[in-house]
Amino acid sequence: MNATLSRDAVQRAWAVLESVPDPEIPVVSIRELGILREIHERDGRLEVVITPTYSGCPAMGQIEDDVNAALAAGGLEATVVLRLAPAWTTDWITDAAREKLHAYGIAPPQHAAAGNVVQFSRRAATPGNVPCPHCGSINTTETSHFSSTACKALYKCLTCLEPFDHFKPY
Amino acid sequence: MKQPPHIGYLLHLADSALVLGQRNAEWCGHGPVLEEDIALANISLDLVGQARMLYQHAATLIGGNCTEDKLAYFRDGSEFRNYTLLELPHHGPLAGTAAANRDYATTIVRNFLYSAFMLLLWDALQAHEDAQLAAIAGKSVKEVRYHLRHARDWLVRLGDGTEESHARTQAALDHLLPYTQEFWSGADARTASLQAPWNAMVDEALEEATLQRRPSGGYVPRGKEGMHSEHLGFLLAEMQGLARQHPDAVW
Repeated sequence: MNATLSRDAVQRAWAVLESVPDPEIPVVSIRELGILREIHERDGRLEVVITPTYSGCPAMGQIEDDVNAALAAGGLEATVVLRLAPAWTTDWITDAAREKLHAYGIAPPQHAAAGNVVQFSRRAATPGNVPCPHCGSINTTETSHFSSTACKALYKCLTCLEPFDHFKPY
Repeated sequence: MKQPPHIGYLLHLADSALVLGQRNAEWCGHGPVLEEDIALANISLDLVGQARMLYQHAATLIGGNCTEDKLAYFRDGSEFRNYTLLELPHHGPLAGTAAANRDYATTIVRNFLYSAFMLLLWDALQAHEDAQLAAIAGKSVKEVRYHLRHARDWLVRLGDGTEESHARTQAALDHLLPYTQEFWSGADARTASLQAPWNAMVDEALEEATLQRRPSGGYVPRGKEGMHSEHLGFLLAEMQGLARQHPDAVW
């Protein structure tokens, strides 16, 4: 494979993988979530770099399969590499994806600003900074630190009384 | 086979995560309320995920035909290097092995003591000379702060709660706190430096939870050297049984 061909292959791979949805939250793509990190050519072969979200996220295996299937459907073959560092952060979620999450009924994450790890854990649920995705009220309360998946917390709106998921900052 | 010097340390971290992940998963389907059922399952998922990354890394360093599954499922109790604290049942002293005998205060107190420790340790391990271990630490520290927040919230709620919840949480603390001596006994310099900040975190939370910290003493557990309580064998039998009966099974 010559260099011109592989550049074309990289572009085609981006085009193909652009639309691969997250298996858990299919309204957003793995690219928009920041899971799909890089596509490059190495030794004449395509390499796709993905990064896991939570360490135990059971969707990672599915994502790898979906990436391979999408590439195969596009007539491409690649090695999928799982890279841990730098650690995935919800700050990589694009603005467009945040709007999609919101429209889907999931309150998007605030800025993950690491700050002091000890202080973080001492601060119990911080009221008021997770607006309800249904009615927009900031009068919301955390029902549980964990929800249907590890990456979400369960909230309730005290104005419209609807429960909703909040994508936690990571 | 020559092993890199910190293989034992990777296995110690991995075994600790796996054993507590397995223990906490016992609440799956049995949580005191639905939200806690889900929370404990999610925390277990993180712990098992962390264990997998550590075992995968250790297996790569060991080389040959070593795999994460071999390390998790085909080592016996005396080869496990987890802290004894993490293998104990969800119950006070003299518990039988019946899994139905579970006390949520014990679960919460253990998760609090351990996640406070791991928050500090993962934070420090982000600077480890092994870049892959540092990368695993970088992910794990983000997860353990949620585990600690969960356990700390409940510690305060139960400790500063009803007469019964206070008494049970105090009893769990009295039972479990002496096991934390193992965090510090013969610890490397990196870990030893965490004792003062850990004490501060624990004392501050206990005060808010109106719980008393009694002096620890007596036997210092040696799970990290492979000398375990009688409880680890039952846990491993349940966890490893399927893989050992069907060693070549694939999902």
